[in-house]
Amino acid sequence: MATAHSRTAARLMLSPAVILLLLWMIVPLGMTLYFSFLRYNLLMPGMETFVGFENYYYFINQPAFWSALSNTLILVLGVLCITVVGGILLALLLDQPFWGQGIVRVLVIAPFFVMPTVSALVWKNMFMNPVNGIFAHIAKSLGLQPFDFLSHAPLASIILIVAWQWLPFATLILLTALQSLDREQQEAAEMDGAGWMQRFVYLTVPHLTRSITVVILIQTIFLLSVFAEILVTTNGGPGTASTNLTYLVYAQSLLNYDVGGGSAGGIIAVILANIVAIFLMRMIGKNLEA
Amino acid sequence: MGKITLNQVRKSFGEVDVIPGIDLSVEDGEFVVFVGPSGCGKSTLLRLIAGLEDTSGGIISIDGMDATDLPPAKRRLAMVFQSYALYPHMSVRKNIAFPLKMAGMDPAEQEKRVSHAAKILNLGAYLDRRPGQLSGGQRQRVAIGRAIVREPAAFLFDEPLSNLDAALRVSMRQEISELHQTLKTTMIYVTHDQVEAMTMADKIVVLNAGRIEQVGSPMELYRSPANLFVAGFIGSPKMNLIDGAEADKHGATTIGIRPEHIDIGGDGPWEGVVGLSEHLGSDTFLKVNAGTLGTLTVRASGEVMMHHGDSIRMSPQPGKILRFGADGKAMA
Repeated sequence: MATAHSRTAARLMLSPAVILLLLWMIVPLGMTLYFSFLRYNLLMPGMETFVGFENYYYFINQPAFWSALSNTLILVLGVLCITVVGGILLALLLDQPFWGQGIVRVLVIAPFFVMPTVSALVWKNMFMNPVNGIFAHIAKSLGLQPFDFLSHAPLASIILIVAWQWLPFATLILLTALQSLDREQQEAAEMDGAGWMQRFVYLTVPHLTRSITVVILIQTIFLLSVFAEILVTTNGGPGTASTNLTYLVYAQSLLNYDVGGGSAGGIIAVILANIVAIFLMRMIGKNLEA
Repeated sequence: MGKITLNQVRKSFGEVDVIPGIDLSVEDGEFVVFVGPSGCGKSTLLRLIAGLEDTSGGIISIDGMDATDLPPAKRRLAMVFQSYALYPHMSVRKNIAFPLKMAGMDPAEQEKRVSHAAKILNLGAYLDRRPGQLSGGQRQRVAIGRAIVREPAAFLFDEPLSNLDAALRVSMRQEISELHQTLKTTMIYVTHDQVEAMTMADKIVVLNAGRIEQVGSPMELYRSPANLFVAGFIGSPKMNLIDGAEADKHGATTIGIRPEHIDIGGDGPWEGVVGLSEHLGSDTFLKVNAGTLGTLTVRASGEVMMHHGDSIRMSPQPGKILRFGADGKAMA
């Protein structure tokens, strides 16, 4: 693309895709922004009036807001911790040569292909159910009282479910990074007197930082908007114990019919996502530079 | 000290015997070069000495101590790899200091040794750069620096110059030779390039298919190769190997004569037609089609102007013909 002519042509040909993507993003955002300044209740159609920042005021000052905010962050952080640490360990394991490697790798990736709704329902009914779940059976066979995960530790249970879904993704990315680790570097370190642990700390972890950054950034985007898992398992409860911001927006707009308030919540979620993004890029973004 | 002795060392990968059994002794302070065609087991042999591969049999001893089952770090050997194997996320300083740090050495002493190594290798200006910001030759020097600071019993080099361009290879070759003069530490150097072997070695070990073909000083190998393989491998351009009637005249199955030991002109006994002449300025190499003798390579002085199609007469210098028997071994 050297000449001015070819650059113009390139811009021209790119523009339909770029314009479509821009509209795709800007129209919903604009409408959400517009709705967030209206009193817009589904029970009173045709009576929308401009109310300024009132929706924001009421959304933030409802008791559920701060717990939803902290739940969102705990959920993101919890899942990130489990998937990154677990992903590294699993990737180290899968990087070893063993019989049936190919099949095991496919099996490890499998949870990522299961729909969130389905996997959450499977966890809820087949694993965590206090009467029929496997965990309850195990507890009973050991003579213990079954633990009702979703009502006594709802947020932790959801973190577990979501982490189970995202672990394969982290494992996959980290495994490919591990496979590109230079064999001779490892041998050089071995000759230099570095033990297994030291090689892990001084060679493997630095080699993985870029992939870990990618895993954290991509997962954060998706984890900020976890919804299906909460809807099908706890419905945000008990109380607001497992309500995150996304679920609160849903409850506000569709359970309370308050589209204006929900839109305000949506905009707050966008702002939160941006704060998190800036924070993350400040913290680990430099790892992405070559 | 760095005396390394191999006693019937064997290595097999599954069914394949890569090294069927090698006896070798490397004296303290010697510069030994393992040379051979690719796949001859020379790198495997080096890795066995380093401890990066387990032996399938035999004993490796370093300074009289059995080191066969010692882990690599305990053998007091330092290795320079073909790919340099520098740690990409560490500065040059940290790369060089890494083995010292692993040994738990006092930071002041580490710093002293690193700056000493940097001085020897002219790396002072690059100590705070990352390996990615260095050229090939500089990376090579960092890898050598990382080996030097450990003050090992012996250095192992695994084709260290094969990733460098021709000009740099020549200068690094000299640097490594000078380093050997300065440090006087045992060095074992693996290469497939016989020029490197000839120019650097005190002692060359020629390997073929996992066996030692001949051990000796460069000139010994050049003047009196023990067999046809060594005769053909050492020397560039290659020795002319002639068999048939001409060899029978000398009572041998094959005779060998080096290109520089054939004189052209006069009324020599051999005649042929020049197929190709390479004028290097100082020398002229002629490829001569000499009928039943086959194609001969002849080295003439730079002034000789011969061209494709010229017919010439050649005579071998007396006493320079090497004779080989039916088993490929040199005849006395």
